Amino acid sequence: MALDIDIRDLKRVSVITIKGRVDSSNAPELASAFQSLTDRGRYRLVADLGGLEYISSAGLRILVSTLKTCRRYNRGDLRLSNIPPRIAEILDLAGMTPLFKIFDDTVGAVGSF
Amino acid sequence: MPDECHLTVPSRLDQLTTISEFVAQASQQARLDERTTFHIQMAVDEACTNVIQHAYQGTEGGEIILTCRWTEDTFIVTVQDHGRPFDPSAIPPPDLSTDLEQRREGGLGLYFMRRLMDEVRFEFDAEKGNTVTMIKHITPSSQNEHP
Repeated sequence: MALDIDIRDLKRVSVITIKGRVDSSNAPELASAFQSLTDRGRYRLVADLGGLEYISSAGLRILVSTLKTCRRYNRGDLRLSNIPPRIAEILDLAGMTPLFKIFDDTVGAVGSF
Repeated sequence: MPDECHLTVPSRLDQLTTISEFVAQASQQARLDERTTFHIQMAVDEACTNVIQHAYQGTEGGEIILTCRWTEDTFIVTVQDHGRPFDPSAIPPPDLSTDLEQRREGGLGLYFMRRLMDEVRFEFDAEKGNTVTMIKHITPSSQNEHP
């Protein structure tokens, strides 16, 4: 499945739902989606990864750089929800699990802000 | 007798999905389970991304030649290209222990290849170009039941 990104602005938080496959060919598309949020001053973000089938190191780099952007000046955070077990294993292998606040579901992640 | 299959694709990032599907098919023929297949797909995806971005430096005229070969107890993928020689020792390992602000955003591709496969070898030959050989040992737990 190709990459499918959906952005929903709630009152205080934006939810970005990422489905399908993120590799080096479409990672710039994911970067632009995050940037479209931070450019609008939306720094409290939840990434719902429930439909994410694959993410390469190129995609992981974007999650980390967006996390840095959001947390700068204490203005927000990028929180992850609904992570499929296979993706969780890769985040863990990359030593990224301790960097993120991770939630079982998106409602919980949104409510945590 | 080992089984094997081949794929040759142009050195373009839009070929990564085709490459991934090719690996999945070979892995399925070798009766590897989904988790093992995912690990091999990821290692090959990172290897091919390196070839396209570093060996061929983003130029699209090159070729990537993939071979999957498997026996009862081993699954071997080779990725061959005719780009610039690749020196893996020039890539520093990622520092996974540093905090967020210190963390370098790179070096993860090679790290994944080494962690997800049991053996990874890099060779350069003036005629054959670069060859990356990645080996996964097949254990009963990494295979599906007989159909």
